[in-house]
Formats: sequence, structure tokens, C-alpha cells
Amino acid sequence: MTGSKKGLWLTTALLAPTTLWFLVMLILPLVVVVIFSFGDRAPTGGYAAAFTFDQYANLASRLKAFTNTLTYAPLGTLMTLLVAYPLAYYLAVKVDERWKLLLLVLVIVPFWTSLLIRTYAWIFILGGRGIPSLLAMIGFEDVRLINTSGAVLVGMIYGYLPLMVFPIFVSLEKLDKRLLEASSDLGGSPFRTFIQVTLPLSMPGMVTGCMLVFILLMGEFLIPAFLGGGKIFFIGNALVDLFLQSRNWPFGSALAVTLVIIMLVMVTLYMRLTTGSKTERDQSVM
Amino acid sequence: MYQISNIPHGSTYVSTLKDPSLVADIEFKDVTKLYGDVRAVDGMSLTIERGSFFSFLGPSGCGKTTSLRLIAGFEHPTQGGVFIGGKSVIGVPPHKRPVNMVFQHYALFPHMTVAENIGYGLRQRTPRPSKPEMARQIDEMLEMVQMSGFRSRRVWEMSGGQQQRVALARALINRPTVLLLDEPLAALDRKLRRDMQIELQTLQRDVGITFILVTHDQEEALSMSDRICIMRDGKIAQSGSPQDLYDRPVNRYVADFVGKTNFISGNVSRVNGTAVSIISERGQEFSANPSAGTQPFNVGGHANIAVRPELIVIGASTASTEDMHTDVALKGRIKNQIFLGEHTEYLVATDGIGDVLVLSPKHMEHSNGGFAPGDTVTIGWKNERALALVD
Ligand SMILES: Nc1ncnc2c1ncn2[C@@H]1O[C@H](COP(=O)(O)OP(=O)(O)OP(=O)(O)O)[C@@H](O)[C@H]1O
Ligand SMILES: [Mg+2]
Repeated sequence: MTGSKKGLWLTTALLAPTTLWFLVMLILPLVVVVIFSFGDRAPTGGYAAAFTFDQYANLASRLKAFTNTLTYAPLGTLMTLLVAYPLAYYLAVKVDERWKLLLLVLVIVPFWTSLLIRTYAWIFILGGRGIPSLLAMIGFEDVRLINTSGAVLVGMIYGYLPLMVFPIFVSLEKLDKRLLEASSDLGGSPFRTFIQVTLPLSMPGMVTGCMLVFILLMGEFLIPAFLGGGKIFFIGNALVDLFLQSRNWPFGSALAVTLVIIMLVMVTLYMRLTTGSKTERDQSVM
Repeated sequence: MYQISNIPHGSTYVSTLKDPSLVADIEFKDVTKLYGDVRAVDGMSLTIERGSFFSFLGPSGCGKTTSLRLIAGFEHPTQGGVFIGGKSVIGVPPHKRPVNMVFQHYALFPHMTVAENIGYGLRQRTPRPSKPEMARQIDEMLEMVQMSGFRSRRVWEMSGGQQQRVALARALINRPTVLLLDEPLAALDRKLRRDMQIELQTLQRDVGITFILVTHDQEEALSMSDRICIMRDGKIAQSGSPQDLYDRPVNRYVADFVGKTNFISGNVSRVNGTAVSIISERGQEFSANPSAGTQPFNVGGHANIAVRPELIVIGASTASTEDMHTDVALKGRIKNQIFLGEHTEYLVATDGIGDVLVLSPKHMEHSNGGFAPGDTVTIGWKNERALALVD
């Protein structure tokens, strides 16, 4: 008996640091933000204790930021997927073993500098002295790329490409090549083999990649601010504005809480959608 | 034991073969396959008859899988020609060849149910059969491999033997003219393996198509095949019926591979039309029938005499060649005795030729009373039953 008591004590002792870390790092900040969101703005900015739903009632004033985020984040995720898949496929399937590692490193190299600097580079590339000036030389005058929604999407794809490439690469790399041979043996053309075997079996990688990129894009503020010319506002930009400029912490908190809720709902739906069908079929066997 | 080959009544299972007369189904003409410097297959020529059960047998790395992959179309010969049904298939991709394969570890699609796996071949057809037609054919296949209750199982929810059946059904639904099997039973335990061997054999007879089996299990090859091709370093060591290979091996490699054999090696002392004699390392002379191999025996050259364990007679220590009706009599001591039911296997340590394996039938045991480890005995055989072999 003492043994099990001792075991329980030991378990508690061992779990305590993890629990504490979890509380301090994850739950506490969230609790603070939730409390703030029901407060008032202090006259000089910041937070004044109160219990009011005013901040939430005011959310509609930032509707544009919500609609922007909710169109650009899914669209950006989808486009990143479309660009990343062929790249990951090429790296995992087509490239010779000798070059694989080098090319993989090249995919991450941009991550060694901050997104800020990389986005600046795009301002130059898409700006007047970049691609448009080249286009002008071959006769296409006055093409405007920077400060358009296209520029924002390009920035998003570029910024998060590696996060999408890696999980897809991993799932393609561990795909059993004999399954492809089996498909071909049974009469599947290369294209049909890709659609029926490769694509579904790389689904886990695509799901992970999309999730990562989508969550990060929902909170993005740098890319729209730099490449959208201040015309395309995300919730992230609204938060920067509210917390740093106008110092309206409670309203900012309400926005942040709403963003978290939206994300939770969307991610849950997404998970249901991508894994649900499989579990359902599994259960039908029982 | 359940039978795999209960083809349902009124079944429409007919192979695409129209003329069941003995014609070449697969032909290799001087095929060589190089991987870099490795000669995986080295100048192989062979013919596999339509409707036969053919096996590639040989040790690891001798090129069995490569031969099979050349037929399936996953590899292309560096030199030479591969023919299926008389037509060259050089340049024909796997999905356009009338052969199907059961892979070594089955390679079932993990994201599909059993029924979806089996129906895969049908879904690749143009025009694609109708839904009810596909369901009917899948059901028929499931019934044939006795897996009707497993329609919607996932691959990982099945035992190795069950997966093996699904792999078989998946390969057979396309009604190939040739079924290729790469060590399909290697992952199964001994008992199940034995059952599946019988089932495969029955299945082959029932569907009447050519089965080409790769194995490194000689017992498996001997018991199942009509013809066996024994390979050595990418070349054919010998090919023939199991009986041929067992009774008339062309060299020591083949004799050693097929069944258990005792070898006496030494240098050739005399050669005439009906007998070859060698002097063993201990200076004793033994004679035997020359094998039908292509290599000649040269006096002074190295050769072996092979004596199958069941051809050796065992008698009391005082027995002579006359008593035993043999040409040879050697003294020895029983080292080990294994009772095998119909036979008793003895390992006899002799002075002249080392340890000798003897298989003594039950009636002999009754007449001579049997022997125990430690007993001194005499063993002997008739020269005409022994076989002289090159290496
Ligand atoms: N893709 C490859 N690249 C290079 N060498 C290969 C390749 N496949 C096979 N080989 C070589 O070719 C030879 C024959 O291989 P193969 O797979 O045909 O042997 P096997 O008889 O099937 O052996 P096992 O019984 O071990 O399966 C071996 O020496 C092997 O190392
Ligand atoms: Mg092999």
C-alpha cells in the first residue's frame, strides 16, 4: 500500500514542473487576455478594471479585418499547398539521394533571416525598380505589383513555403515505393497511380502543413502591412494598432479572444473534415 | 484446413488463355541485367510453359527477384529479350503487361479496405466496369480465397495469412495469363505455410494459369512446382522437373541445394563410360555413375560423389558387403539418432569420409533391431546408386 502512495507522490512530483510550465506559459496569458477583454480602456490607455461587454459589442467596427483575414488565410494556405506539393514531390521522389540534403537545406536557408528582412526584399522585387521595370523593358509599361492583393499572396506563399514543404516531403519520403509498383502492376497508369496512391498517402503531410500555415497566416500582420500598402488589413494589424498605437488594450483583447475562438472552431472543423471520414469507415467495420 | 480454391459454382473465372496446349508463355533470350557492375542476371535463356507451375530457386542474391521483375516490367534487361506469349515486351510498361504480381510483403494499399484493394485492378480498366459488376467480381474473388467476411476490413486488421489471401485475390481479379509470386509465404509460420502451399497448388490447377514462384526454400519449390530453375550468381545452374533435379543433378551445387546429400570429394582416378572413380582425401577409392552434366570428368581433376541418405544401408558392425548387398562397407559409430516416424535418421561418424547422414526406413529398423547413439555399425551403398558430380 505504501508503495502505491509513494508512487502517487512521485508521479505528482514528476508532473508538477510540466503542469506549472503549461499553466504559466499557456493558460495564464490567455486568462489575462480574457479578463482584459471584459474591461474598460483607462483614460490614458491600457486597462481599467470593469465587467462590460462593450468591447465585444464594438467588434463589428473591425469587420473588414475579419473578412480580410478569413479570405486571405485560407486562400494563402491553399496557394502555398499548390506551390509546395510539386516541390516536395520533386525533392522526395525525383531528386538523386546525393542532392537531397543540399536541396532540403536550401529550402530552409531563408528561415535563417527574419521574415521582416525577407519581406523587405519582396518590396524591392515587386516595387517600381524590380519586376515592373523589367516588364517595362519588354514593352509592358505601368504594371503595378506592389501594394496589391497579389503581392500579399506572393509574400504569404514565400514566407511559409518551408512549413508546408517539410511535412509533405516527410510523408512522400516514407511512402512505400512498392505500393506504386503494385498500382502499376495492377494496370494503373503513372497519373492514376499518383491520384489513387501517392496523393491519398501524402494526405497526413498535407493536413499538417495546411494546419501550420493556416494558423500562422491567421495571426499574420507583417506581410499585409508591407506588401499590401496599408490597404489590406488583417486582424493582426488591428491588434498591433490597438495594443501599440491607440493603447486600447481591452478592445484589442476582445479582438484577440475572438480570433482564438474563430481559429479553434476552424481547426476543429478542419480536423473533423480531414480525419473524420476515415474513423467513420473504421467504425463501420466493428 | 480451409481450401483457398473453392471456386463458386457458375463462376466465370476463366483465364485469358484460349489454347491450353503447351506453348511458351514466358521466354528469356540471353537476358542480362546489370546494376552498375553487379550482374544480377547473367545471360539467362529459359522457356516457361503455359499453364505450368514454375519456380526460381536459389540462395539470397542469386537474381531471383530480378528475374521476376524483368517479367513484371519493373526492370528492363540490359541485354537480350523477354517475351510474353510470344511477343517481345521490351519497352512495355508494367501497367500494360498481362501479368500480375503478389509482392513479397504483399504491398496492400493501407488507405483502402480489403474490397477496395481487390477491386483496384478493375478500377484501372477502360471502360471501367459498372459498380454492380465490380462488386460481383470482388465478391467472387473474396469467396475464392475464403475471405467473404472481410470485405470492409482494413489491411492492418488482418493476420499475415489473411493479407496473403487478399494479395492473391487482388492479383487474380485481372485474370492475368501469368501470376508472379515473390516469396509469398516467407512471412508465414511453418504450419500456415504448409497449408498455403497446398492451397496455392490447388488454385493453380483450378485457374489453369502460369504461376511463377520465387523462393529460397527448396522443400517449397520441390513440393509445388512442375519445373524448377535453380540459379547461381545470375545464371541457371540447372532447370528441370523436381524429380530430375533430385535424381540427376548436374553438379554438386544443385545436389546440395535439392534435398539432403552426403558428399565425398577427391580427385578422379579412373573414368570409363559407366563409372567414375575418385580417390578420397584418406586415400580410399569410390566409384559412381557419372552425372549428366555438361562438364567432363578429367583424371586427376576434382570431383564429388553424392550419396542420398535414403540410399545408404545400415547394418551391424560385423556386417559385410555381401550381408548388406552393397558395393561399399564402411565402419562407423552412431553419433545421433532422430526418430521421424516412417524413417529414422542417423548421423554416423566414419573414419574414411567423416559424418554421414543415413535415412533408414521403418521395415529396416524392424529387421535389424535399430541402433542407438554410441553403437558401432557398418554402412554401405551400391555404386550404381551413387552419383559422380563436378563442383
Ligand atoms: N536496385 C538494385 N540496385 C543495385 N543492385 C541490385 C538492385 N537490386 C538487386 N541488386 C543486386 O542484384 C543481385 C540479385 O538481386 P535479387 O534481388 O534478384 O536477389 P534474390 O535472388 O531475389 O535474393 P533474395 O533471396 O535475397 O531476395 C544482388 O547482388 C543484389 O545486390
Ligand atoms: Mg528476392
